[in-house]
Amino acid sequence: MAIELKMPALSPTMEEGTLAKWLKAEGDTIEPGDIIAEIETDKATMEFEAIDDGVLTKILVAEGTENVAVGTVIAQLEGEGEESAPAASAPAASETPAPAPAPAPAAEKPAVSAPANDPAIPAGTSFTSTPVREALRDAMAEEMRNDRRVFVMGEEVAEYQGAYKVTQGLLDEFGPKRVIDTPITEYGFAGIGAGAAMGGLKPVVEFMTFNFAMQAIDHIVNSAAKTNYMSGGQMRCPIVFRGPNGAASRVGAQHSQNYGPWYASVPGLIVIAPYDSADAKGLMKAAIRTDDPVVFLENELVYGRNFDVPDLDDHVLPIGKARIVREGKDATIVTYSIGVGLALEAAETLAAEGIDAEVIDLRTLRPLDKQAVLDSLAKTNRMVVAEEGWPTCSIASEIVSICMEEGFDDLDAPVIRVCNEDVPLPYAANLEKIALIDAPRIVEAVKKVCYV
Amino acid sequence: MLHSLQAEFEAAKSFAASDDQMLEFYRQMLLIRRFEEKAGQLYGLGLIGGFCHLYIGQEAVAIGLQSALDNDKDSVITGYRDHGHMLAYGIDPKVIMAELTGREAGISKGKGGSMHMFSTEHKFYGGHGIVGAQVALGGGLALAHQYNEDGGLCLAYFGDGAANQGQVYETFNMAALWNLPIVFVVEDNQYAMGTASARSSAETRFHRRGTAFRIPGMDVDGMNVLEVRAAAEVAFKHVRDGKGPVLMELNTYRYRGHSMSDPAKYRTRDEVQEQREKYDPIERLKKSLVEAGHDEADLKAIDKDIRKIVTEAADFSESSPEPEPSELYTDILVEKY
Repeated sequence: MAIELKMPALSPTMEEGTLAKWLKAEGDTIEPGDIIAEIETDKATMEFEAIDDGVLTKILVAEGTENVAVGTVIAQLEGEGEESAPAASAPAASETPAPAPAPAPAAEKPAVSAPANDPAIPAGTSFTSTPVREALRDAMAEEMRNDRRVFVMGEEVAEYQGAYKVTQGLLDEFGPKRVIDTPITEYGFAGIGAGAAMGGLKPVVEFMTFNFAMQAIDHIVNSAAKTNYMSGGQMRCPIVFRGPNGAASRVGAQHSQNYGPWYASVPGLIVIAPYDSADAKGLMKAAIRTDDPVVFLENELVYGRNFDVPDLDDHVLPIGKARIVREGKDATIVTYSIGVGLALEAAETLAAEGIDAEVIDLRTLRPLDKQAVLDSLAKTNRMVVAEEGWPTCSIASEIVSICMEEGFDDLDAPVIRVCNEDVPLPYAANLEKIALIDAPRIVEAVKKVCYV
Repeated sequence: MLHSLQAEFEAAKSFAASDDQMLEFYRQMLLIRRFEEKAGQLYGLGLIGGFCHLYIGQEAVAIGLQSALDNDKDSVITGYRDHGHMLAYGIDPKVIMAELTGREAGISKGKGGSMHMFSTEHKFYGGHGIVGAQVALGGGLALAHQYNEDGGLCLAYFGDGAANQGQVYETFNMAALWNLPIVFVVEDNQYAMGTASARSSAETRFHRRGTAFRIPGMDVDGMNVLEVRAAAEVAFKHVRDGKGPVLMELNTYRYRGHSMSDPAKYRTRDEVQEQREKYDPIERLKKSLVEAGHDEADLKAIDKDIRKIVTEAADFSESSPEPEPSELYTDILVEKY
């Protein structure tokens, strides 16, 4: 008889949230459309609306409670009419997750990526745990404070505070002249951004996702990347194109593609794809400072993860330098972006089985730190490339070529690519899971190159 | 509001040029004409490669508009038919011709070619090979003027063909929305490559195409340099007064093919001949100069001087060395990583 009200999922990637406020009390009569509570996620605060009528009999989760998992019963409603039985099976959340939405273990507890072993960070530095999205925001804000030429433009970057909350707070601090909401016209505003860069400004252009940047790729490639060369070094285009890239969660083929290999094939572009918060911050600052055009590939699934960021006044990292995120001697896993978390998880599993894997985070896809890859190969003689993206003509393919051409004598086994399946990403939960790279596949590949 | 600029322009359609100004317009248009004729010859000799789009017939557009700019502040951007716009700045014809022949001394070190020439010193931002791309980029240059509060405006040229590209309208929208200091110029030379305007455009009166974005339009005879200049005065003042973008349609005609490899099957010789005889911008100005008391011999002397300048530019472009092979790897990125 009682209707259970469950913690709703407010976005495809939401796994938990804060029950910010109850707007109804126990004993209140509820009508469909009434706002019962406010739910806060790391992206936004949303209103929780009733779809059934009845009396709120019990509040099970107190307001202010954090980390309430999606699907948790938060209150009970007693139907008024005695014969309102059919409602029982309909939970209040209209966006009830599909069966078995249990977050992949990898997403819930990403393996630690400790920036402490980054040689670019001075010894003795203290750290603050920061979500990736805030690290990116802090990087932009610091550079905007330092250089009045820097401004941010894109869809929903200002008043909405960023579709993924990356630009949160920037409008308040810098005002509408420097934090510009654009219409939904990627081709046009990418061109306007590139033109502004040619005219001497330093735009940071946000694409809500890089899937939409395909509308604008002409300006990224033809206008931004090639002009310096075509002008004999006269005309520069210091611009950052940034936004989430790669698969998110259950958003289907058109919203789930990794463009790393596309942009990394273009001379004249810098392509950066960081994993953790320290790299996101340090490389974003470097991207804004450089006089070259940068494609900065973020990952929606990583935005909410917390990692240590060094407490430095000016944390800037070098572009074009990979990082050994885990030292090992038996085999090397080369990876980047969300793949780093999966590779570290795989390395833990392998360690338990006696295989000591080294994990290299490329961080910059162009220019690629070949030397770091070859040095690690010379040390372990075995390599797997883990990439959340298609295998064909991928960064993984490029690494394989490099190893063949320049590290052949160091190879004790063929280099193996561990990528997504070579299909448009499906929507169905089970198919999506099959299509995407995961840690067990990396484990298996490492064992294969180790012949165990 | 959308017709107010046209009304103002109609009231005084011909720019009251001084004698010196008239002579300067004549000289500049003639320089473009002779330069382009020479470029055509060099192309025929195999000294210029690839795509080469000549400006012959359209000279009054660049000269009429750019003579009204404040060169300390304003910026210009155009598509690939860009030789004339550079010459209008007084940029040395030698470095332009040397770029066409792909030589080290070219303005882009021989790495850009006919379609990709720039002079940031003059605030000339190219020279872009993708049809319509310069319109959005021009919007960005205008944004930079506004952001820097430097009082400059951007003059963004595009053709009747580019006028059908989607990004042009995305840019119109943002330029009007943000009140950007930009003058959009459609150089309607009647053909999008080989397709006549009426065969590719549902609305061939291009100045009307800003209406949906509340951008005032102006309809101008692009074969009359004094009319172009008069229109420029009205348009630039509007933009400089902070009233936002203007869309100008400059009706003009190109005598040569779209590029050098044009089969010329889409129009008749008679049509071209009629345009040359009746509307040639240089001949029309020449007539005005003669009426104003200049004798033919003086004007011939100007032509002779210009032919000399162009011949020297051609000689320079042929004798300059090609870029060093090591130049292949320079200017890809600005910084070292």
